[in-house]
Amino acid sequence: MNNTYTVSIYSENNIGLLNRISAIFLKRHINIESLTVSESEIENVSRFVIVADMSEDQVRKIAGQLEKQIEVIKAYYHTDEETIYQETALFKIKSSLLFDERQIQNIIKNSNANIVTVAREFFVIEKTGRRHETDALYDELVPFGIMQFVRSGRIAVSKSEMNISALLREFQNA
Amino acid sequence: METLKERLAETETKAAIRISGAEAVIRCLLEEGVDLIYGYPGGAIMPVYDELFKFQDQLHHVLTRHEQGAAHAAQGYARVTGRVGVAMATSGPGATNLVTGIADAQIDSTPLVCITGQVARHLLGTDAFQETDIIGISTPVTKWSYQVTRAADIPKALAKAFYIARSGRPGPVLIDITKNAQFEEFDFSYKKCTGIRSYKPKPVVKPEKVQEAAAVINAAKKPFIVFGQGVILGRAEAELKAFIEKTGIPAASTALGLSALPSDHEFHTGMVGMHGNYAPNLLTNECDVLIALGMRFDDRVTGNLETYARQAKVLHFEIDPAEIDKNVKTDVAVLGDLKETLTQLLPLLEENRHESWHQKFKDMHAIEYDKVIRNDLFPEKEKLTMGEVIRRINTRTNNNAVIVSDVGQHQMIACRYARFNQTKSNVTSGGLGTMGFALPAAIGAKMGAMEREVVAIIGDGGYQMTIQELGTIFQTKVPVKIVVLNNDFLGMVRQWQQLFFDKRYASTELINPDFVTIAKGYHIPAKRVTRREDLDAAIDEMIASEEAYFLEVCVEKEDNVFPMIPTGASVSDCRLE
Repeated sequence: MNNTYTVSIYSENNIGLLNRISAIFLKRHINIESLTVSESEIENVSRFVIVADMSEDQVRKIAGQLEKQIEVIKAYYHTDEETIYQETALFKIKSSLLFDERQIQNIIKNSNANIVTVAREFFVIEKTGRRHETDALYDELVPFGIMQFVRSGRIAVSKSEMNISALLREFQNA
Repeated sequence: METLKERLAETETKAAIRISGAEAVIRCLLEEGVDLIYGYPGGAIMPVYDELFKFQDQLHHVLTRHEQGAAHAAQGYARVTGRVGVAMATSGPGATNLVTGIADAQIDSTPLVCITGQVARHLLGTDAFQETDIIGISTPVTKWSYQVTRAADIPKALAKAFYIARSGRPGPVLIDITKNAQFEEFDFSYKKCTGIRSYKPKPVVKPEKVQEAAAVINAAKKPFIVFGQGVILGRAEAELKAFIEKTGIPAASTALGLSALPSDHEFHTGMVGMHGNYAPNLLTNECDVLIALGMRFDDRVTGNLETYARQAKVLHFEIDPAEIDKNVKTDVAVLGDLKETLTQLLPLLEENRHESWHQKFKDMHAIEYDKVIRNDLFPEKEKLTMGEVIRRINTRTNNNAVIVSDVGQHQMIACRYARFNQTKSNVTSGGLGTMGFALPAAIGAKMGAMEREVVAIIGDGGYQMTIQELGTIFQTKVPVKIVVLNNDFLGMVRQWQQLFFDKRYASTELINPDFVTIAKGYHIPAKRVTRREDLDAAIDEMIASEEAYFLEVCVEKEDNVFPMIPTGASVSDCRLE
């Protein structure tokens, strides 16, 4: 049975590793729903957050293959229940609508979205939350016309501990 | 060699020496103990070749006739020596031609360092002449790869490359060096790599897992060992033998593991898998404990996983954690270097003989002998069989030869019937099934083991995929013995067409050239045998030859390899005819 898994990978910051990691998903014909890479809490250690739908068996094997890569320190996987996760969406909308359509201001207020910028031609709304929340805002704004819409990949932290510093020490002493 | 080592030692204590990146490549290789490399020059690697010219008394370069040949030769060398094989090529097509060999080395865990030239840094991404993204292309089939664009990074990259290639579960590494980095000068010093913080080559052995495994083995009534190439890569042959002899457990091998235990050992029950032996295949589904040592439950070994050893407790001794539960669910996984785990296991094991269990293997072997083996080895029909050729080679070499096989029917016959006294003797393309592997791999194997007889067993199809390497044999005078078992067919595909595609022989019949004349064109002594009465003498003449020798044996055109487990069938459905 398929489930949504958040795969967190701690790795060295190395050119080419993204290719190597995505190839592991590709080889098993698993579509990556979202992917973000950033510096982690440890200096010079990157953190990948990859979201994909697959079975528990598949994600376990993928984590094994990921950890096998020379520059990967550790790969974890979690279900939605085991993580705190968010994503951000930006909506670019015609400025005139802000004045002509009173409803838009209510939508923004009720959805806990923020106005990031207002220019003469357009304004930008930012909404951070779960997928269904950004989807709901999208549905509400669509009738007024959206000039551009973009959604970030998921970022997530696990509820359980991922002790990379200790692991790195263990690796070095092995 | 010594003088250079001394010179380098001197320079290390003094200041680093100022040399070009190209010279650094050579010096790194020498530091790693490399004295033989295979390759093919070209524009983007020319500075390194220029340095090779200067260092030719210390580092021997073998010019193959195609980069694929260089990769396979380096593989053959690595497989018989246990050392890292090195192949070198230029950018673009030179690099892409290495890829098949790299993929082969990846799936068969062969330690390889491939060095490719690359266009200069300022040309990267401009679609320059002979530019190709070889890092991108090779990523899925390398253990590690790295592009060097500055001379100063060369020593560290190559030190890491050798460390990664040979440590843990070995594999191929590719280092791509831009041309500007080869020309640049820098202050050279070399330090061997001894560890990488994100890479743990060997899992730490957990004694409680070894104890758990020992308890299961000691309680077993019908235990069965399947060992793989991990025994050879982990240098655990003696430990395997001691394990088997103390516990009396029957053992079978994967194709790549075959020579880890002498073929004539009383407890060696043969090969498992699609064309493996009847007894070990069937009894896989009767054993109560299946002990897998350094093998990865490849689909050609297991057949249908739903019906594979479901009755047995499975113990998996393995260095690569990603292999645990990948294909077969394990009851006890003993992670670690096989030599370490078996050494810890041995004192915990109780002595046993398992005589009635062995009798089952013998009874089934008798059935296979009657139905298959006798007809293969001592045929009564007019046409020659592949099996009788292998039998004669065994006899003439006292089972001491390195057998390098290609891919197809002849490969399965060679794996089934070649007898091995020594380890690292069965060199074949297992996981990837690369036709064209054997001729170049035999060159590397012979150069890695000059004291041994190296016999390449090749089909008429695969032979023509890398036949150009006869040129390498001629030029280097490497005394490899080449046997082409010619059935004028792509035999294994033809067999499948016969059995599963109603004999529609689509594109499998070959109209072959005169192989003997071709060999003679390269000044290699050559003979063709078509009749049984000439076979033994021809093989004797070939083995007796002190130079390279080519022997074509025209065999029955439409023989099939049995036993056979059809794709997707259970190991219990091993067919004898």
